[in-house]
Amino acid sequence: MNKEQALQSYLLALADDELILGHRDAEWTGHAPLIEEDIAFSNIAQDEIGHAQSWLRVYESLTGTDPDTVAFLRDHNEFTCCHLVQMPKGDWAYTIVRQFFFDAAEIVRLGYLKQSVYDPIREIAVKIYPEEQYHLLHTQGNVERLGDATEESHRRMQRAVDEAFGQALGLFESIPGEDVLADENIVPDSKTIENEWLQFVVPVLKRSGLRSPVDETNGSGGTDVKSWYGGRQKEHTGHLKQIVTDMQQVYRMIPGAKW
Amino acid sequence: MDVQEKTYEEKLAEFEARIARGEKIEPGDWMPDEYRKQLIRMIGQHAHSEIVGMLPEGKWIPHAPGFRRKLTLIAKVQDEAGHGQLLYRAAETLGKSRGEMLEELLDGKAKYSNVFNYPTPTWADVGMIGWLVDGAAVVNQRMIAKCSYGPYARAMKRICFEESFHIKQGQDLLIKMVNGTEEQKQMAQESLNRWWYPTLMMLGMPDSDSPHLGKLKRWGVKVKTNDELRQEFVDLVAPQLKSVDLHPPDDDLHYDEETGHWKFTEPDYDELKRVIKGDGPCNKERMEARRKAHEEGRWVREALAVSKRKKEVPAA
Repeated sequence: MNKEQALQSYLLALADDELILGHRDAEWTGHAPLIEEDIAFSNIAQDEIGHAQSWLRVYESLTGTDPDTVAFLRDHNEFTCCHLVQMPKGDWAYTIVRQFFFDAAEIVRLGYLKQSVYDPIREIAVKIYPEEQYHLLHTQGNVERLGDATEESHRRMQRAVDEAFGQALGLFESIPGEDVLADENIVPDSKTIENEWLQFVVPVLKRSGLRSPVDETNGSGGTDVKSWYGGRQKEHTGHLKQIVTDMQQVYRMIPGAKW
Repeated sequence: MDVQEKTYEEKLAEFEARIARGEKIEPGDWMPDEYRKQLIRMIGQHAHSEIVGMLPEGKWIPHAPGFRRKLTLIAKVQDEAGHGQLLYRAAETLGKSRGEMLEELLDGKAKYSNVFNYPTPTWADVGMIGWLVDGAAVVNQRMIAKCSYGPYARAMKRICFEESFHIKQGQDLLIKMVNGTEEQKQMAQESLNRWWYPTLMMLGMPDSDSPHLGKLKRWGVKVKTNDELRQEFVDLVAPQLKSVDLHPPDDDLHYDEETGHWKFTEPDYDELKRVIKGDGPCNKERMEARRKAHEEGRWVREALAVSKRKKEVPAA
């Protein structure tokens, strides 16, 4: 894979993660446990979908294909998002834990992308980093508050952590071509992100009264938890097809129509 | 003279004089119980309408065609949540908590706008809600912005500002469809056929059937009558719709040179009564969705309330 192909591959993976998670987050709009969270999660959803659009604009500059075409006319089995973002929204605990895991990974990844030698990626990373910081403040705060507040909240949060942890490790499955980009200091190596992510999230879980499935010192490859790999290789859960079908329903309804 | 020594009649006369002078009544001020109750009921219904009103459009968020539509629709529905939050706070200044008001909504004791009990079978309905329903809401809310109760009037100013964007978004969405394929245009027209009369009903029962109107006007709770608002709305949207070749389903709709107003067929107010009482096409579905969210979120609210750390979660 040459550098240009690798860039396209990486941008699509970033965009697909953001778009699909944003889509899932927006499923709470109108249905959240309290109005404040309705507002917060609608905000997060807009940010994530907006980030997807930003990455796809860079993709467009390389390929000439616009963001709407990529997102709304591409077949679901061409997406390269990880499995974590595809999973149904579950209960509020799962949503919070998933979003926390994702935001933490974003902060680590964007920290590197802010230093990228490739200008378009660096510029977007600089712009969206502060938004992800807000997301992380919000979701981490919720993990800490719900982790051991009541017996029920603890039970639900622990179940969510156990469920989402291995799925979250799928965020760090190597993206095809990333080695080419990492060699040129355009993007970080996925294993580097994973290590820093573990160092960050495991202590937060412990502080929140939650059992972490792994120890932060285990590091890469040292965990017994199965990583949900496959998304970057276009091997998906059954959920993705449904999401993409829903998402593209109107856009594809009438050939040639503009909306 | 000490306020305590005044009789009820004196206090009432002073209260009505303040309103007549155009002063705003503020939370700590003396007010008749009936005024307080009436406002709690109105603001509560308004807040509930915002919250329930998230559902018919929210249904289309997963299907919104393209990034721009998806983002603006989420933002719009989010605005409605924000309006609900703002209105519940305004009602709380009169002594009733958001929790109590929400329980009343879910118990079927509190009412909300009729219009959100109609289905949204196509994407065009998202635009039609923006253009018509938000259009009618703004006509009503511009009036409320002049009402005598300060917190309600001020909340309305901000809400109207945001609603004006929603109307523009709805128009933009529909104009794109009208100028699109035949199928898109037909979809837009069919949506107008569905929403026209429910939106006219949204502005309330006719004046001939509003027994408390006199007092409500005197107390500055209502500045205009329902019929005045309905006429204002039709005068506003009828020419707008026609200019883009969308036609309300009313053969008698026409501009009357003599009065300078649009003549229109009144909606079926019996239908309005039925829908308000809970017997509309989607009342059950809407309340089930709200109850489900409320019940499934209970553990979260309880946990946040007893959170040991009492740590403030920063807003996203």
